[in-house]
Formats: sequence, C-alpha cells, structure tokens
Amino acid sequence: MSPNRRQFLVGSLGIGLAAALPFGTATATPAMLEAAIHAVVGEATLHQGKVTLDVPPLVENGNVVPLTITVDSPMSEADHVKTIHVFNEKNPQPHVISIALGPRAGKAIVSTRIKLADAQRVVGIAEMSDGSFWSGEAHVIVTIAACVEDVN
Amino acid sequence: MTRALINVPAKARRGDIIEIKTLISHPMESGYRVGTNGQMIPRDIIHRFVCTYNGDEIFRAELSPAIAANPFISFFTVATESGSIAFEWTGDNGFAASERADITIE
Repeated sequence: MSPNRRQFLVGSLGIGLAAALPFGTATATPAMLEAAIHAVVGEATLHQGKVTLDVPPLVENGNVVPLTITVDSPMSEADHVKTIHVFNEKNPQPHVISIALGPRAGKAIVSTRIKLADAQRVVGIAEMSDGSFWSGEAHVIVTIAACVEDVN
Repeated sequence: MTRALINVPAKARRGDIIEIKTLISHPMESGYRVGTNGQMIPRDIIHRFVCTYNGDEIFRAELSPAIAANPFISFFTVATESGSIAFEWTGDNGFAASERADITIE
C-alpha cells in the first residue's frame, strides 16, 4: 500500500540524512531552533519586542562574541522578568544560555560572551512574571567560526 | 586551583542597583572539535552558575557549549543589606568552584 511505501521513503530519507552528516560538522538547523523555542514557550503566544540583543553585527572571531541581553521591564514585584533564554541557529546545539532572575535583579540586563559557528541569527526569549513571552533577535556575521574547528 | 575574578562594589547605598561581574578560567570545550589524534575531544564545560545574596538565590544561569571559554557573566542586583554574595560554578567531570564577596550597605 502507498502509506507504507511513503513511510519507508520518509524513514530512509532520515537515515540517509543522518549518514550524510558526519558528527563533527553537525549544525543546528532553523527547524531545531524552532523546536528549542517551542520547548520553552509551549503553546503560549510569542510576542515580538521588549528583548534587545546587543551583539556586534560583524565579528572577526566567533570564539568570543560579546552579547548583552536587555529586557524592557520595571523589575518590580508585580512585573518582572522570570527567565531569559538565548538560542542560535547554526551552532551544533541551538541552546546558548538560560537565565533565571527575579525582582531583586533591579535591571534585566545580562552580559556574557558566546561562541558562534557561522554567520547567523541569535534569538532571545524572555518570560515575564505574568506568563507572557517576548522575543528579540540579532543577526551576526562571523568570519572565523567557533565550536567545530579542529585543533592542529 | 581555578581562578575566578569577581567584581562587586565594596560599598553601596540601600536600594542601589549594583552591577556584578564574574569571570572564571575554564576551557569550555564544546565536545564538537576534533583533536590532533583525529578523535573528538570530549565535552568539558561549566553548565551551571548560581549567585546567592546572604543565602537567597538572586541569579542562576544554565550554560551550554556555546558559551565562550573563560565564562564571563555580568548582571545586576539591588543592594538590600550588608553581607556576602556567594558565587558557585558547577561543570562536567565534577568541576566545582565557589567564590564570595562582601558588601557593606551604608
């Protein structure tokens, strides 16, 4: 029957793809990024805005990319940021960092340094105390990639 | 011994929003690189960072291999009372480091 044939074709395509990708050059895909975001947000609506990712638009060395995440929030007991998640599109894993904070932070600003394997999109998601999710993104062009380069 | 650098203001006024900067020496080996012997280098990262202020957790981060070597994290907190701010890093292969800084509220 045709469904079986279809299932077989889809299945073998998956195996073929997995075999074609050597482990060392595995990269996350936009679909993995979406899946990672979905795992955080669930069925809730993801609003655009409030989250600003401050990354240099052009970086020479992907091994050290300064990243500052700013979320627009009064950080009061009633209205504050609970968690911030950062994801990327093309590193081997979509997850970059998850941060838990609260009203005691005073300001929802966090800085760190990240690795980027390729020129790509970086997405930040903030969960507010009222349960809403907000997102912001930045595009970065990387000339020397990180994460997967060989040690010689 | 792992070297960690902490920057916390020694004095602050009650209610001030202070910036805390932390830096710790660690290779943050991603687990996706091939070594000189052609084998994958196993993952070795710090995966958790927690900051407590007089015992209350004020900041926590879950790190993944995408964090650059020698993880630098800076964040803010409201200076509430005199006491100590403690920092704790945990990672692969039983890695654990802690550091603390004292703060005086005027």
